[in-house]
Amino acid sequence: MSTADIESESPAPPPASMSTSGRRLGDSVFSYLSIGSGLLIFLTLAAVAVFLSTESLPAIIASQEFAGTADFSLIEYTLPLVFGTVLASAIALLIAIPISIGIALFISHFAPRRLSSTLGYLIDLLAAVPSVVYGLWGGIWLVPKLEPLYGLLNTYLGWIPLFAGEPTAPMRNLASASVVLAVMVLPIITAVSREVFLQTPRLQEEAALALGATRWETIRTVVLPFGRSGIVAASMLGLGRALGETMAVLMILAPGATFSLHILEVGRHNSIAANIASKSAEASGVDMSLLIFTGLVLFVLTFLINAIARWIVARSGPKS
Amino acid sequence: MSTPTAVQNETSMRRSHDERRLPWYHLVFTGLAGLVVAIAGLAILDAFSIAAAIVVGFLLHLLFGWSYSLLREGPRWATERLMTLLVIGAFAVAMFPLTSLLWEVASRGMTRVLAAKPDPFAFWTSDMSGIIGGADAGGVFHAAVGTLLITLWASIISIPIGLFTAIFLVEYADQGWKKTLGTGVTFLVDVMTGIPSIVAGLFGLSLFITLMPDDSVRMGIMGAVALSLLMIPTVVRNSEEMLRLVPMDLREAAYALGVPKWLTIVKVVLRTAIAGLSTGITLAIARVIGETAPLLLTVGMVTSVNWNMFDGRMATLPTFINQQYRAGSANCMSDTVTNPISQEVYACSIATNIDRAWAAAFTLIVIVMVLNIIARLISHYFSPKLSR
Repeated sequence: MSTADIESESPAPPPASMSTSGRRLGDSVFSYLSIGSGLLIFLTLAAVAVFLSTESLPAIIASQEFAGTADFSLIEYTLPLVFGTVLASAIALLIAIPISIGIALFISHFAPRRLSSTLGYLIDLLAAVPSVVYGLWGGIWLVPKLEPLYGLLNTYLGWIPLFAGEPTAPMRNLASASVVLAVMVLPIITAVSREVFLQTPRLQEEAALALGATRWETIRTVVLPFGRSGIVAASMLGLGRALGETMAVLMILAPGATFSLHILEVGRHNSIAANIASKSAEASGVDMSLLIFTGLVLFVLTFLINAIARWIVARSGPKS
Repeated sequence: MSTPTAVQNETSMRRSHDERRLPWYHLVFTGLAGLVVAIAGLAILDAFSIAAAIVVGFLLHLLFGWSYSLLREGPRWATERLMTLLVIGAFAVAMFPLTSLLWEVASRGMTRVLAAKPDPFAFWTSDMSGIIGGADAGGVFHAAVGTLLITLWASIISIPIGLFTAIFLVEYADQGWKKTLGTGVTFLVDVMTGIPSIVAGLFGLSLFITLMPDDSVRMGIMGAVALSLLMIPTVVRNSEEMLRLVPMDLREAAYALGVPKWLTIVKVVLRTAIAGLSTGITLAIARVIGETAPLLLTVGMVTSVNWNMFDGRMATLPTFINQQYRAGSANCMSDTVTNPISQEVYACSIATNIDRAWAAAFTLIVIVMVLNIIARLISHYFSPKLSR
């Protein structure tokens, strides 16, 4: 079925190199097609960068930081959104990383061998659930369930700035959005760190066990040091995913635009992605290019995070 | 003569104190103790709930199990016990949202789907045209059609590009400038994997706004283009992995028989990897079919079926869920609502919008899960033995 698609879809390029070394027509067509697809990837990403930049240009020109004419400030608009995005993702990661490492260790070292692939599949199922369903579940089912917990945190740990403030029901606050984000990034962090843990040199582990180490001591002295960079990279990939996640934040968070650290308060934060999603339907002209500008900021942010993650993986990954 | 016995005695004594391991079921008793104390404590504090009992019971179990093990087995094994419990706890914590989410969607969604009037499955065969206020009717036919059409078009765009890119990376990017290009493409595919879905939507939107200068243009094909931006990297990644699994011997055997390279790729490499390729592509479709954010920006929302990808707005399941969720509770003045134009009378229900959101979520999850199961079945039954 895929071959039919291939032949009908791609435009046939001129068979220029037909004569070289007696190659057949099919060969050169095929090689052009595949090289062309590779180049198309380049073009697509270039197009993403170009279209996002040109479409956000009107907002940059109209902003007073750059032109001193218009009555709105691009930076004042964007910074609270960036703050909200980063704060939500950071809290999500704080929740998700320890749990993910625990799950990855459970699957790779604690669970019976025969079960481990099934357990891994169960965790992967979490990644298969569409984000809009997470939003629905979080907004309707989870938020009321979290209310007593927030009450406790606010009453007894209110002296910590994060839990200070006055939470009001319904708790459509940043903390709820972060909890759902944490669930959504769990499978990625788990999958990557599990792979890394499984690649620990078998001989080192057996050597530690032979010296009389317990399973946890083996993990602490061999597996975790070996997998440290893998864990960092996995967390960065999870961060990249959390930064760009739209629906969980859009459907759970009551938006606001402040630099407040009080994650239990409602209507204080918003994320870039959720802001774009909620405003794009009515926006046009400069408003639209303002949104596209924030999208560009998000793109650059996630690109940097992902690039650092890949760099860490490539630098210290196993040389197998 | 006495020294070796003394040493032997000392070793056996140390064993009995430090290194003796107890069977695992000893921890069941500490677990039960933890649960009982938790329930009793919460009952005294008048704050009993099953969730709280389980959480507090687990924490107490950590404490009890650890101290018990410390007394009977020594500090090293106590740490081992504690860590094992923590790791199992982490897994249980992750299973909790999965089971709760699937249960909520299945129970609430299925109820609505089965309770649809006038006949069962009317929810899947009717659309939202003429449904006003809290009318307890309507369905997702228009949204399902939109989702399937847009996903189909995204696949038509992404699968050839993704597959050919994978073929390029595996079969052609082996030397010279092609190798450099291959490294670049691999890097860019990595970048594309990390593109946030909302940015893909913005790209689709700004591309078409630029092409046809109309800020309010929304159509199905814009969504398909945005989705393929997310789908191509998945297809490339999965297919590349599968093509690399095809052993070199097969290709060399084909070359030795004088088969041209492209025929070798089509008839030998792709034929061998077809199971893996289908699995990867099915998973890519399953991933893309639930994407919401790009469609929110590019295809808009309508209440009736639109079969035309190139003209007018379209409804899709994910955006339909979002829209119904945002609509929230409906207003019900009386037991029925009447459509002023068609004069049709519907029963009124305050929760109708939320119910429809759950039912649509159920529909979407069923589609995604069926695709995932198909992918697993393909890879289980049709994959060649060499992939082990």
